[in-house]
Amino acid sequence: MNYVQTFHADIEPELENLGGKGASLVTMTAAGMPVPPGFVVTTAAFDSFLSDSGIADEILSELNGLDTDNVTEVDTVSARIRERLTSAEVPESVRTATRDAYDELITQCGGEVPVAVRSSATAEDLPDASFAGQQDTYLWINGYAGVTDHIRQCWASLYTSRAIIYRLKNSIPDEGLSMAVVVQKMVNARTAGVAITMNPSNGDRSKIAIDASWGVGETVVSGLVTPDNILMDKVTLQVVTEHIGEKHIELVPADGKLAEREVSAERAEVRCLTDEEVTSVASLAKRAEKHYQCPQDIEWALDRDLPDGENLLLLQSRPETVHSSAKKKTETDESVKKPATAGIDLGSITASLMKSNG
Amino acid sequence: MPMKSFPRPSDLPVPAGAEGWEKIYPYYLVFQDELKDIEDEKFWFCDSQHWPTAFKPFETIGGEFAVKCLGQYNARHLMIPNANGIDFRVHLGYLYMSPIPVPEEQIEARLPEFQARIGHYFANWDTMLDQWRTKVRGTIDELESLRFDPLPEIVPMDDIVSGKAMDGSEVLMENYDRLIQLCYQNWQYHFEFLNLGYIAYLDFFNYCKEIFPDIPDQSIATMVQGVDMELFKPDDELKELAALAVELGLQSRFDNTDNAAEVLDAIAAAKGGTRWLARWEEAQDPWFNFTTGNGFYAHDVYWREELSIPLGFIADYIRRLDDGQQIMRPTEALIAEKDRIVGEYQDLLDSEQREVFDAKRQLAATAYPYVENHNFYIEHWTMGVFWRKVRELARTLVHHGVFAEEGDLLYLNRNEVRDVLFDLVTSWGVGAPQGPIAPAYWPPVLEERKAIVTALKTARPQPALNTPPESITEPFTRMLWGITTEQVQSWLSADDEDSSGLKGMAASPGVVEGTARVIMDASQIHEVEQDEILVAPITAPSWGPIFGKLKATVTDIGGMMSHAAIVCREYALPAVTGTGNASTKIRTGQRLRVDGTRGTVEILDVEETLPEVSGPGAHSHAHAPVGG
Repeated sequence: MNYVQTFHADIEPELENLGGKGASLVTMTAAGMPVPPGFVVTTAAFDSFLSDSGIADEILSELNGLDTDNVTEVDTVSARIRERLTSAEVPESVRTATRDAYDELITQCGGEVPVAVRSSATAEDLPDASFAGQQDTYLWINGYAGVTDHIRQCWASLYTSRAIIYRLKNSIPDEGLSMAVVVQKMVNARTAGVAITMNPSNGDRSKIAIDASWGVGETVVSGLVTPDNILMDKVTLQVVTEHIGEKHIELVPADGKLAEREVSAERAEVRCLTDEEVTSVASLAKRAEKHYQCPQDIEWALDRDLPDGENLLLLQSRPETVHSSAKKKTETDESVKKPATAGIDLGSITASLMKSNG
Repeated sequence: MPMKSFPRPSDLPVPAGAEGWEKIYPYYLVFQDELKDIEDEKFWFCDSQHWPTAFKPFETIGGEFAVKCLGQYNARHLMIPNANGIDFRVHLGYLYMSPIPVPEEQIEARLPEFQARIGHYFANWDTMLDQWRTKVRGTIDELESLRFDPLPEIVPMDDIVSGKAMDGSEVLMENYDRLIQLCYQNWQYHFEFLNLGYIAYLDFFNYCKEIFPDIPDQSIATMVQGVDMELFKPDDELKELAALAVELGLQSRFDNTDNAAEVLDAIAAAKGGTRWLARWEEAQDPWFNFTTGNGFYAHDVYWREELSIPLGFIADYIRRLDDGQQIMRPTEALIAEKDRIVGEYQDLLDSEQREVFDAKRQLAATAYPYVENHNFYIEHWTMGVFWRKVRELARTLVHHGVFAEEGDLLYLNRNEVRDVLFDLVTSWGVGAPQGPIAPAYWPPVLEERKAIVTALKTARPQPALNTPPESITEPFTRMLWGITTEQVQSWLSADDEDSSGLKGMAASPGVVEGTARVIMDASQIHEVEQDEILVAPITAPSWGPIFGKLKATVTDIGGMMSHAAIVCREYALPAVTGTGNASTKIRTGQRLRVDGTRGTVEILDVEETLPEVSGPGAHSHAHAPVGG
């Protein structure tokens, strides 16, 4: 069993080993998309840790008969479990594999670089979106000790009070529950954001909606700023509409960590992407959709350390589920009352002319 | 919010020297004092897309026939449920139009007629379009056959013998009437398929907007536009001739193309020259029935009559070939791109939607190319022959001493020309020693009219007159002229805006910066230099050969489907159309940033704005005092 899998390793990604995020990054790397390098600490590493350290059994007994309505008790249990997860000894084999993968990444990057450490849950596809939000992301981590420390924090995030309560209330068993962790070269983002390969406001699949702001994309994802919002045509990559946001802060590295910084009023009100960059982001989103054969929700960033034309990076791609499922429902409703008419449709032609009279 | 208005017709100052202008046009074309209340209630927009410069009296024929015939297909042939024709007037030399709606209560009753009529056309498109070509060709052939020979000194003996008993003047009169009638005839044919082309396009357009709410208009246009069109054929022929000249090593013969006869003689004498000349001859019929203008003006110059024009274009293409440039339109790439666009939109649809989408696109793709191609047959070919015949008639009138020069005829309206013919045949028939009365009557009138037309040309028309309706609903106005509610509002607010920017239609994608070249009419197009941005009231696709030099195009008038928009997409140039006033606001030499994707034009080095054209005087309506 592999405890670690690098993004570029030519191994078929398995969701149960790599978690949703990790599997996606390996898949996108294999598809030739510009994913920053990194590796996944697999669920096998977590499983091995749990069983070797005896924590697996401790958890079972801790949770047995736990009253989810007793918040204080849940908090106490959660704290105890998380304390064990962040301090118990990790098996030698897991440590070696992680160390090797980290060293390889540093070599690949040509020297010490900050990394992002993110949890990658196998249960991320659960319908409750908030569940995914319980997973952790740690940005701009420097040095191996920091990395291992945050890998443990990701593991521990499986046992926050909210996660415990959620699973118990929804009768999701803890047996087989596992967690992979992604370690990825941190992008020194000048501009970053998200892109959805449809118009989220009406489900129009011929559009790509981009949200972008200065600095690292966390500000966009977590709603700390009003990003620039650009709606593009997916086929011709023309800008359809755009709204310049008020990007009053940005997340940028300072003294070896990320820090919020004020954005000057002047810079806050100009679009943070050039025309060429807008087209590149849209093309990247389109590639991701084409690869996965369904609408995608991607995270991207422009790395200020890389030359123009090579600086756009894909950080994440996942299926856009909210609108896709909503749309199917309306389609079914409509198909009942309004059969489509092919051929020369005089009624429709008439309606078209009259439309403007409406 | 109080509705802002454009000036009333009577508010407009008459340019100095144009006083009395309304008398040079037929009474039914100018605003009437008696109808002032009614006419001022209506919203009129200026069609400077087709008529960018002031009419000489004879030239109103094109405007009258075109707009009348457009309207008749809405109001009398196709029974468009919600749109009658377009009323029109000539004001201060320019054509203003006002769409006529169908009263709400009549719409319902028109529906069955409308559907039966368009249904028939769409179901029999190819057959009927073949018939159309035959009809139109028949008209053109008959026009070509009309002769305007001088009247004979005496009736030939043969006619005495045969008892013909006619003096020959009837031929002149009949042929003049026939000339007008044949022109009228092809203008009726012109619109037989045009409105249908727009209807099919609109249906597809609206469906696209329904399934892809924010789809760019450009994408829709690209999906139905023909790539290999007859309208581009004349230009393609020149490119092929240039390529053949290079192949045969004839480049040096094109060094100076000002004198066409000399160039052609030199080619004939050169090795391979015979082969080139054979190809040259072959290209001329019919493709040199092509004008650098738009067919609506007597001054439009046609290639077949001014061979130095096509030779000059060929010489330019030869230079570009020798520089290693690609001159042929990237037809295959354009087709591939069109297929890609259609394919990608199709892939986004479920099977039911796709079936509807395909059917509507198919209909639009069948019907729409006519909207381009008819142009060659009518505006170029028919009108080329028409104006040539008018010049033949004018020569004969000069020969008989009616006019001092050929151009004089154009300062009479077409019914006054008929009077002149009666004058001529009468004086000739009776053997009057002093000849026709015309030289005693017309010279001072002509002098006055020439001065008026010259004065009218000094002022640009208003984009529109009177108060616009809350929304512009007439579908053809919106499509053909790009007159939308938003467009009208942007014209109205133009004064309030930052003076360095203009907004129009995003007609052809791309962003470039470059130097402006303002071209007010076809006679100036030779001024365009490599890599300039063309700024014009309109552009015509017949300016094709200059498009290869351009970086971008900006026009005052025109929608997504205007000729300018289409030709720019064809040449892959950014274009912003329908800006309202780019050609007066921008000056040659200014740096521009043209964004054809967003429909904006930015003047990068703003100078002081041009002074408003103003002039004293009054015309038939009572005038407001002219302010400074």
